[in-house]
Amino acid sequence: MHPILASPTRLASYLAAWVPLAVVLAALLAGPGAFSLGEAAVIALPLALAFAFLGLSAWYPCKSAPLGRAGWLRLAATHGVAAMITSAVWVFLGGAIARLLSGLRAFSDLSLRYAAQVRPLFAAGVLLYLLSVALHYVLLSFEAAREAEQREASQALFAREAQLTALKSQIQPHFLFNSLNSISALVGNDPTRAREMCVGLADFLRRSLAVGDRPTIRVSEEITLARGYLDVERIRFGKRLAVEEQIDPAGAECLVPPLLLQPLIENAVVHGVATMVEGGLVRLEASRTGHRLRIVVENTFDPDAPPKRRGGRGLKIVRERLAAFYGEEAFFAAKRVDGRHLAVISIPAQA
Amino acid sequence: MPELTRTRELGVLIVDDEEPARMLLREMLERQPGYRVVGEAADGFEAVRLAAQSSPDIALLDIEMPKLDGFEVAELLDPSVAVVFVTAYDHYAVKAFEVHAADYVLKPFRAERLAEALTRARERVGGPRADPGALSAAAREQQGGHRTRIAVRDGARVHVIPVERLDLAESQDDYVVLRSEGKKFLKPQTLSSLAASLDPARFVRVHRSYVLNLDRILSIERYAKNSHVAILSNGSRVPLSRGGYARLRALLDGDASTRSKA
Repeated sequence: MHPILASPTRLASYLAAWVPLAVVLAALLAGPGAFSLGEAAVIALPLALAFAFLGLSAWYPCKSAPLGRAGWLRLAATHGVAAMITSAVWVFLGGAIARLLSGLRAFSDLSLRYAAQVRPLFAAGVLLYLLSVALHYVLLSFEAAREAEQREASQALFAREAQLTALKSQIQPHFLFNSLNSISALVGNDPTRAREMCVGLADFLRRSLAVGDRPTIRVSEEITLARGYLDVERIRFGKRLAVEEQIDPAGAECLVPPLLLQPLIENAVVHGVATMVEGGLVRLEASRTGHRLRIVVENTFDPDAPPKRRGGRGLKIVRERLAAFYGEEAFFAAKRVDGRHLAVISIPAQA
Repeated sequence: MPELTRTRELGVLIVDDEEPARMLLREMLERQPGYRVVGEAADGFEAVRLAAQSSPDIALLDIEMPKLDGFEVAELLDPSVAVVFVTAYDHYAVKAFEVHAADYVLKPFRAERLAEALTRARERVGGPRADPGALSAAAREQQGGHRTRIAVRDGARVHVIPVERLDLAESQDDYVVLRSEGKKFLKPQTLSSLAASLDPARFVRVHRSYVLNLDRILSIERYAKNSHVAILSNGSRVPLSRGGYARLRALLDGDASTRSKA
């Protein structure tokens, strides 16, 4: 929808702006002596009104040839042709109006005199069209600015929302309850390990809460957090939980949104190690190649494990956060290869 | 004397994949007069094996475990065993009571809470527990929609049959005979309750005594006037009741028409 036609107030002020233009047009027509002042006024008014609406059609060529993106040649061609057509239509319309008016006795030879003024009118039409083009480009740039602002605001909101969901889901209630149950168990027989687990759990929670306020953290910090989580889980699962790391120094320096990996590591434990009687492996990998950072969370699992009702949520959170942070630049895949589950993230490396 | 029956010592099976969790249950049980730990299992298979060996009165079951989940284990235990679920997840509670669990204890818990659950279990011991229908309904919901696998017990051993490998189920007295890949398994359940837990687009009740996997049907032959048999890909012949034949026809025709449309 045309932005001027879309709003009645905008249309009213646009038409009001045409009143001085109509006066100027009348003055010009009366100038060379072709028309009397009365005749000029009577023909200028409908002509101005007609152009007011014809000029709005400049919106479409302006949109199809945006400033900055379309080359000068294309701009000149588009608007040149559009200007001629618009002006021709306008002059033709004027002729029709003049013929109609010449039906009145007072303006009986208006049509003839109009015919004599076709050329300057055509020139005026072209100029008016160019004026209209300028107006539309101004409108378009306003609109683009507003849209960009809106998009930015909604993107920020989306990123913030994804961040909040992610942070809320860090402290999964069952992780907390199971850990507390282990502490409750160890207090009787193994107070030292119970204390170790209390401190480990507290450390992990404190660190998670602290990084939540920061927009990004280093991969090395992210790995430290993951280690903290896995240390707590290792007290529950004992020898069943094995962890391997392969972090290259350039990868460790890169920045990522905080706790990005946490849902993946949790999945690796819940859907991987926890399904295996004899235990399993969680492997973390981070490496930088050129401008890309690659992070892999890999785990073994039992393909014949009982089906779980939960699941998929962690992957969804990661996908949403990556989209909010990196848009099209992020690649994320979760797949099963050779009895292992792999979650692979590839994002622009930021250091 | 009622006092004496009250304090009859009951055997308890502990099932949890986490060592500290098992340790805690054992410790609390040892301080509780009238209960004796008869076994500790770290996964579903082991739980069923130990239950067959030591015939416990009460089973304390975690829900999310390797091999079999707590609901699958409950389904394979003798119905006289009183089941108490002990888990960190609260969202299984409704299902737990649907399968007539004696109690549902949330981790972490106090010794008093466990004692209360044991008292409830004691009242339930020997009494009827779930009808297997409710159990398979629970197992089905647990798996989201129709069940994807069936766990059966053969003495102390457990077989897990993915439904796509099930050829047919046949009712035999109080059991269902499940045939899969040339083997046969017995499950104490009614055919109706099993059929209700399976995907109706894949499994058809073709007869009072038979449920068939649609994928295994090779052809349908007229056997006598108004009576048909299905020939399965393994060569066996299964009688179809009149209603069963109609249901099968409807499904196969529906299938054929969708296929021809595609």
